[in-house]
Amino acid sequence: MSDRFELRRVVAPTLMLLVMAGCGGGDGGGTSGGGEGGAAVENPVDAATAGNIAGSIAFEGDAPSMAVINMASESVCEDKHTSPRMIEEVVVNSNGTLANVFVYVKEGLESLQFPTPGAVLLDQNGCVYLPHVLGVMAGQDITIKNSDGLLHNINASPTEQRGFNTSQPVAMETTRSFGTPEVMVPLRCDVHGWMNAYVGVLDHPYHSVSNGSGAFDLSTLPPGDYVIEAWHERYGTQTQNVTVTTGETAEVTFTFRASMAQNAVVPLGTAIDFHAIAEAS
Amino acid sequence: MMAVMTRWWAVAVCFAAAAVLASSSLSAQDGDALGQVTYERWCAGCHGLDGTGDGPGAGYMLPRPRDFTQALYQIRTTASGELPTDEDILAIIDRGMPGTTMPGWEDLLSNDEREALVQYLKTFSRFFSPDEVPQPLEFGRATRSDADVLAEGERLFREVADCAACHGDGGRGDGESSPTLADDGDFPVRAADLTENWLFNGGGEAEDIYRRLLTGLDGTPMPSLADVITAGVITDDQLWAIAHYVRSLAPEDPPGITEVVRGVLFEDAPLPSSVGDEAWESVERAYLPLVGQIIVMPRWFDPRVDGVWVQAAHDGETVAVRVSWSDPNNSPDPEWADWKSQVISLMQPKEGDPPDEGPTPDQLVVQFPMQMPEGMERPFFLRGDNRRPVYLWQWQSDRDDALEGEARGLGTEAFQSEGQDLTVDASYADGQWQVMFTRPLVTEDEGDLDFVTGEAIPMALFAWDGDNGESGTRGAVSSWYFLFLEDATPATVYVAPTLAMMLTAALGFLVVSRAQKREREGGRVERETANS
Repeated sequence: MSDRFELRRVVAPTLMLLVMAGCGGGDGGGTSGGGEGGAAVENPVDAATAGNIAGSIAFEGDAPSMAVINMASESVCEDKHTSPRMIEEVVVNSNGTLANVFVYVKEGLESLQFPTPGAVLLDQNGCVYLPHVLGVMAGQDITIKNSDGLLHNINASPTEQRGFNTSQPVAMETTRSFGTPEVMVPLRCDVHGWMNAYVGVLDHPYHSVSNGSGAFDLSTLPPGDYVIEAWHERYGTQTQNVTVTTGETAEVTFTFRASMAQNAVVPLGTAIDFHAIAEAS
Repeated sequence: MMAVMTRWWAVAVCFAAAAVLASSSLSAQDGDALGQVTYERWCAGCHGLDGTGDGPGAGYMLPRPRDFTQALYQIRTTASGELPTDEDILAIIDRGMPGTTMPGWEDLLSNDEREALVQYLKTFSRFFSPDEVPQPLEFGRATRSDADVLAEGERLFREVADCAACHGDGGRGDGESSPTLADDGDFPVRAADLTENWLFNGGGEAEDIYRRLLTGLDGTPMPSLADVITAGVITDDQLWAIAHYVRSLAPEDPPGITEVVRGVLFEDAPLPSSVGDEAWESVERAYLPLVGQIIVMPRWFDPRVDGVWVQAAHDGETVAVRVSWSDPNNSPDPEWADWKSQVISLMQPKEGDPPDEGPTPDQLVVQFPMQMPEGMERPFFLRGDNRRPVYLWQWQSDRDDALEGEARGLGTEAFQSEGQDLTVDASYADGQWQVMFTRPLVTEDEGDLDFVTGEAIPMALFAWDGDNGESGTRGAVSSWYFLFLEDATPATVYVAPTLAMMLTAALGFLVVSRAQKREREGGRVERETANS
């Protein structure tokens, strides 16, 4: 008994350290809106001198088969889809690329302050979140819309800030924002166990989500050296160093492999198997 | 009271875990701050020394103990996602969480200890800061409730707020979404059974329910309905109507502790002929709490059935017993297969052979001694022993009949293959099983108990929810209660009092009329004396 106990005492603080280290960029757990208050910030980027980053997300290996969502209990939603809807955990495009990868500038913009853009829409339509992966700036309003007209709840469970769990029993809108940068904030609907989404919260507007052809782009960046990170809910994260020069578009390709699945984000409350990770790396 | 009783084993686990920790905890002896010492002595056994909710006792509990590091508290007076006030945390420590294994500590720890605990709990999470004092919401006063309000509340519950999606049409936690509900730790979590308001975390009155509707229960699937009011979908009064309606789903008073199930005598009317017979409505019911079977390995710490309602009737020849209990599904149900395997893997730490992964039905066993005991000594409540065997009625959801049997200890059950005197009628609707047994009071079988009237017959009940991973020794048990079949009332009971009353009246009449007569005569004498 005491052996197990000692192990737990070591593991738990290690876990906490890992969690804290993995979420760099947070400003120490302030719960108030980071992008709010004070005079409006002007965009510090001169479009004339800016450059771009563009690229795509390659996928190697066998695409895992995703379960078909059984929407039989919600005919309103079922009727909105012309073909069976799959779980969106892994979406491999027909051209062999990977969709729903959140790509963003992780390092290189620390000295700049950006104005907060207007609200973005997160729709619940056909009992799925549209989009499944969404990027916002800290403090940017997210208009959460219920287009289905049946009960959804939006249960946000961030770790760097306070979450919320709000009910939308009819067609309606709710506006929320996250004040602290955090990649990623998971959202889910408890009424429909298959419905989930991820919100990447940054202190700048340079983020993109790979689309149906695997492409992403981060345009109008000030010239300089950046660390770009690509995040996927099952295959984990990768980073690359990219230099942006005026008027040029730096091409970047990230490659995710089916075998990377064990690097996936570990949901809170599930034990991390350190041995498996050590063996894999 | 009831809640404390049904969760006694949880406290026992806490104390056992605390004892384990006491030997390994250094700071408890060092005279550290009162909060830390108190926490490590009484709380860390379940919540862990580091507050992550994984103390030595945690593996025996579902829901798991709270992880304090994210500062998610179900019962608050603050908005969804907001931190709780100090008073909120203290209230949970004081009252406990009746729907979970968390006991109340108000009578067990001093004021200083409990207040120090509040401050110590907050140190586990970086979200608490001395600069930010959480602001409680303003809750208006309760509206009045009447039939119209309840009807409106029911409409909103079903059609607008759609509480039924998780809680079910009857509120018994059997909604469409209930098999997939998970808490903040991704552990399976039940939608509350709204007919058992004495087990509500945070209190079971309309005021408490209103607050939960407005604040949500953070860390659980239960959302806040505050935005629904803000968006103008419903009014504050309508939220109160939902609260009143939810309150009305539970009995007016929590069931008292009763030892005896009274078997009503049907002298002139026929016995209820089916499980849904309206005649049952007039038969009083007794609530018998059940707890997990934690004596014989493999044990079961997550019983789904926390109590059963029992009714009994007889007509001098036949006895009928109806047992009703909440169960979110009719097992086996493929919708609940994931739930079942999760619960089994979570509740199976070092408990012998893994439970049956195949389809498992819901089950009910009613147990009596094989012979009426002389004096107070009853068989061992877990299926008796060699010296004092027990007589059983067994029903399961995948069979149409019920079996009579006997046992001399758990696992020795033997059921009769022929000569069955027992019949059964069962129904499942709106998250509730109702099972009615009937049997002649006296049978020719030697192994059958002959039911006698006018005496307390020991009776115990056992229930299994198959899709909660329950079968064999993994299930819910009760201790011994009594079934008391009313005696036929002899005619003299009615004649003697009537005679006595008539006699008394006649005597009284006689005495009074005599006195009046004497007075009249006396008066005449006085007048005559005066005249003379």
